[in-house]
Amino acid sequence: MSHQHGAQSEDCKELFGRLSEYLDGELSPEACREIEEHLCDCPPCIEFINSFRRTIDLCRRFEPSGAPAPVSPEAKQQLLAVLRRALDSRESPHR
Amino acid sequence: MERKACYFLLPMASTDKETEIELARDLLAGNMGAFDRFVEAFHSRLFQYTMLVCGQREDAEEVAQDTLLKVFENFGRLREPEHVRAWVFRIARNACLMKRRKSTFAPTQELSLDELMPVAGDRGGERKFELPDRAELPDTKLLRSELKDVMTEAIHSLPDLYKTVLLLRDVEELSTEETAGILDVSSDVVKTRLHRARLAVRQKLDGYIRAGAN
Repeated sequence: MSHQHGAQSEDCKELFGRLSEYLDGELSPEACREIEEHLCDCPPCIEFINSFRRTIDLCRRFEPSGAPAPVSPEAKQQLLAVLRRALDSRESPHR
Repeated sequence: MERKACYFLLPMASTDKETEIELARDLLAGNMGAFDRFVEAFHSRLFQYTMLVCGQREDAEEVAQDTLLKVFENFGRLREPEHVRAWVFRIARNACLMKRRKSTFAPTQELSLDELMPVAGDRGGERKFELPDRAELPDTKLLRSELKDVMTEAIHSLPDLYKTVLLLRDVEELSTEETAGILDVSSDVVKTRLHRARLAVRQKLDGYIRAGAN
């Protein structure tokens, strides 16, 4: 697919709107093929898609600064008691 | 022309979901030896989420602990341990909404796709991406530290509709369907919001992305 890049082409805009679906593997094989044909001939879109992938990669590896205060032993005991009650009440009809 | 089949597709996420599933199954089976590890597995994860949604550390810690309490109160109702992460984050989402209702209610805001498109540059009308030269960027360690701050700000500043989808899909690595179930919206709505959220974050990370990609 050959096109001019004097301005953003319709193909570029189409790709821009569907990039997440493409990268997430949520497009049909036909739609993927069209996008990949466009990419073969469009360095600006390749540059964009690389930066977009990098963004997603950073989001996936993102860990905000600071850890939470640990759950105190008392709070853990309370949570464990709550869990036991929840599981007991689930099991009681079968006893 | 040679096909670059699926060259750009994202790799499958590598996660510790399997461990969480095993821990959930153990607890359902009455093996309380899994309790501490379950709390450890989810407490930090929940805090990360609530911190980015609530914005205040005190609120985030409170909501994360409230979520754990509700998780264990309802643990007997967990029917599909293979979806335990999605189940926990549905509870976290509701806890965040409750907290939000008690505090200032931020209005919803839409992100326009047009505003997120890269700008046309002046190289004869050819598009260019406004990315600074790597040489102008700080060293790698400082970059990582700054990047974390910029990432935090970029995600936190997203309108809530988009932020929640980004956190559930990309940070927590839940599926489109799981995210749609948590938010009670269609899969198409999740896809649209995720795309705009990613574009908005990318726009704010331009220089850092370029440096890291080189």
